[in-house]
Amino acid sequence: MSVRRALLGFALAIGVALAGTNFPLAAGEHHTPGSPPSAKSSATVADLSDRARSPDWTTRLVNLLTLRDYNTRIVLAGTALLGVAGGVVGTFMLLRKRALVGDVVSHAALPGIAIAFLLAEALAPGEGRRLEVLLLGALVAGLVGVGCVLLIRRFTRLKEDAALAIVLSVFFGLGISLFTIVQDMPSGNVAGLQGFIYGKAAALTALDVKVISICALAALVLAAALFKELSLLCFDEGYAAAQGWSVVGLDLLLMGLVAFVTVIGIESVGLLLVVAMLIVPAAAARFWTDHLPAMTLLAALLGGASGLLGAGVSALAPRLAAGPVIVLAAAVLFGISMFFSPHRGVLARVRERRRLTRRIKRQHLLRTCYELLESGGESITADEATVSLAALEADRDWSRQQLQREIAKAQRDGLFRRTSTDCICVTPRGLDEARRVARNHRLWELYLIEHADVAPARVDRYADLIEHVLEPEVVALLEQQLAGHDPHLQEVPASPHKIASTAATP
Amino acid sequence: MPNWFPSLADWSWLDTRIVITAGLAAMACALPGNFLLLRRQSMMGDALSHAVLLGIAVAFLTAHGLQAAGILSHDSYDATRHAVMFVGAVVVGVLTAVLSETVRKLGNVEASAALGVVFLVLFALGLLLIRLYADRVHLDPDCVLYGTVETAAVDGRLIRVNGAMLAVNLLLVGLLFKELRLAAFDPGLATTLGVNAGVMHYGLMAVTAATLVAAFETVGSILVIAMLIVPPATAYLLTQRLWLMVALSLVVAAASALLGHVAAIVLPPLVAGLLGWDSNVGASSAGMMAVAAGALFVVAVIVSPQQGLVMRVLRRAGLRVRIAEEDLLAWLYRAAETLRAQPATQSAADAPDTAPPNDPLRPGWLWQQLALRRLVRRGQVQRTESGPQLTPSGHQAAQDLVRTHRLWESYLQRHFGDLPGERQHRSAHQMEHYISPEMREELAAELDRPRHDPHGQEIPPPAEQDSESL
Repeated sequence: MSVRRALLGFALAIGVALAGTNFPLAAGEHHTPGSPPSAKSSATVADLSDRARSPDWTTRLVNLLTLRDYNTRIVLAGTALLGVAGGVVGTFMLLRKRALVGDVVSHAALPGIAIAFLLAEALAPGEGRRLEVLLLGALVAGLVGVGCVLLIRRFTRLKEDAALAIVLSVFFGLGISLFTIVQDMPSGNVAGLQGFIYGKAAALTALDVKVISICALAALVLAAALFKELSLLCFDEGYAAAQGWSVVGLDLLLMGLVAFVTVIGIESVGLLLVVAMLIVPAAAARFWTDHLPAMTLLAALLGGASGLLGAGVSALAPRLAAGPVIVLAAAVLFGISMFFSPHRGVLARVRERRRLTRRIKRQHLLRTCYELLESGGESITADEATVSLAALEADRDWSRQQLQREIAKAQRDGLFRRTSTDCICVTPRGLDEARRVARNHRLWELYLIEHADVAPARVDRYADLIEHVLEPEVVALLEQQLAGHDPHLQEVPASPHKIASTAATP
Repeated sequence: MPNWFPSLADWSWLDTRIVITAGLAAMACALPGNFLLLRRQSMMGDALSHAVLLGIAVAFLTAHGLQAAGILSHDSYDATRHAVMFVGAVVVGVLTAVLSETVRKLGNVEASAALGVVFLVLFALGLLLIRLYADRVHLDPDCVLYGTVETAAVDGRLIRVNGAMLAVNLLLVGLLFKELRLAAFDPGLATTLGVNAGVMHYGLMAVTAATLVAAFETVGSILVIAMLIVPPATAYLLTQRLWLMVALSLVVAAASALLGHVAAIVLPPLVAGLLGWDSNVGASSAGMMAVAAGALFVVAVIVSPQQGLVMRVLRRAGLRVRIAEEDLLAWLYRAAETLRAQPATQSAADAPDTAPPNDPLRPGWLWQQLALRRLVRRGQVQRTESGPQLTPSGHQAAQDLVRTHRLWESYLQRHFGDLPGERQHRSAHQMEHYISPEMREELAAELDRPRHDPHGQEIPPPAEQDSESL
């Protein structure tokens, strides 16, 4: 069922991708043949930034929000597709604990681009700058790089991290060298290629977006079709192998998907940063859910959102390069997820911990009250009982202030009533609760003495650790275990050891 | 003489300076790289080399801001900039380590993903800053990323900076060698012996970041990782002693600087010539140095004395020849045995103990020929007209082998009696090559020195005992 839901999700994502590619292309077809409806439609990079600088800020915002600008539409579609594909593929990479392999694939793509350019120029001069050729080079080189990582791991005793670093740096060095060679070639300047390193989202064209959407579609369809196998690979490699799947084959397929994403992002955010789209959205999505299909979808959404956000901000402030801004947008989403997600988020966990400490303090207070009452010989079965503050203070190593604060909180919850300045009155509810806490504590102590051979003098410390997290089911089990031992089990059993606080009582 | 040789004839003092500068930078990087590699934090080097960009950018902007505000004179600008740059890089380096650890712990994120998130965000910030202010502070991202060894080598400052960094790193490694080794190989023991793991970790990060900044102007902030990890990895394949590994990594680093620069001069005209272009082209020396380091690594993978591919192939071939030899000896022994037993009721074809001609376990023809030649040379087999014959010494060796084989079969029969005979034979056929004489006699003792194997064949006595009794 979950797989079907995930597939539905993918279908949705693909639909978004299709819609994203169709409308700028359609718009392009509308605009290009006839006279353009506005002078803005056939903009190049240069006049995009010129134009963007000229109108005031609000006009730019309106232009962006209404998608009036042809160029903006293309850029947004390209970056959103990158985010979606990166999120989906990144989810698997993250769960496979191979997040940094994407970095190798993208760095290794550089020599591929240069070699593809050189080869194409040698075969058919002037054809070297064809986008498909360059991206094919990037794809192949990225896969060769991953192959080298696998070979190093297979034939040497170096660990994975070293293999990654070696391949990444050597391939990148080769790429840089080849680029300098290309730069010196008679066929000219390398300006078009340079954009691959840093990205040039603002200069995306309809053709680029077409290539991008084909790659994104391929990656998404592959991921959707092999969803089951890939999740098997991520969660239980051994089981996948036992089922007859080639783990190396599946890994290579996943690397192929990563290479696709690299190719998608290489133009808009550049190959140095494209790996961020594989890591950050997926890591952000991990905070929100423990369910793989949901996580995949969410990663796609977060990735798409950061692509849109980044490209949008960059369109509003053209001096901010799109690539880094997209990554920073993803980082902001990651930060929000890390702090505010309901279960795994930092705040939620801090709150959870504080609730636990509060409960521990409250239970300590109540148990102390009970012990004081018990040792004072007062009738604990009465409706209400009075405890002196001085005795409480002597028993717990809390400051007076701390004690007052805890008492005030308990008072608010109706466990205590304040009768005079130096005494508190435990209400019937408070007594009930205190009885329960003391009983849990002593049940555990008895259990430790009976079944764990712990000396009675030491059980207090151990029981202190566990009494706050004893569930009713565990208490029932304890009762069962200790049934033959103590006839008064339904009541609070007597403490098996001397209670330290008796010194404080008169 | 090849036509690219003249390109090396133009070697000048500038080329020498480039090699020295880059070599010093590479050696300075390789030192902390050794310990990153051993601590399995190679990708930390990658992360630092990216993240340091932010420190550099902030340092440039600070120095520029100070100058613009009139606090800094033009003369002291460069010195201040470099000082600020070092501080910025060390801060960012430690920050990367601290932040990724924080994200990992706070968010329960997997370690490599946490590192990725942190260093990519820092790198993106750095890139953004540089591209925002690049035209104002004369900071070209290309120079930061790829280095400008060709132009920067003209003045001696880079040599001094890299030399100083190398000296500092050598001093640190020399002083803290014991602690570093302990923390790299056994962090638990290091902690119990009072070596503070946190100080070691963040100290290493700080030193690495400082080294990266010193080297980035030479080889660029990304190629620096090639100098950081590849030479130590090469050395790691060549030796198992730490001090030797550190020394070798320095040699490899220096060698890759030299080879890289030579390749940068020599190779591009070749490529251009192949593609039919004007041969007046050059490649980035820094890039080629990374490639040269990679090439040296590949060489080490192939020829490393212990785990190199060549050694592995040789070892495997040696094993195969030995197995082929032993199979041949045993086969000759059995053939002679069958010949002796011919008058008996059992015919040769029935003997399950003899390796049949089409045995799938039989080594190939080539190996057999090789084995035969080696046996003849060793005097264990002699060629006669009716085929190869065992010599007395060959007979002894063969007798031991067959004894091992049949003892193993008996052993299997006793403990795994329901195994079919064919399986017992196969297992014994493999085990006979691996069971030592001591183990063979242990087997015999455990089985109460049997006379016959499960197939009814006689188990020959040990050869040496045999010769003694003669």
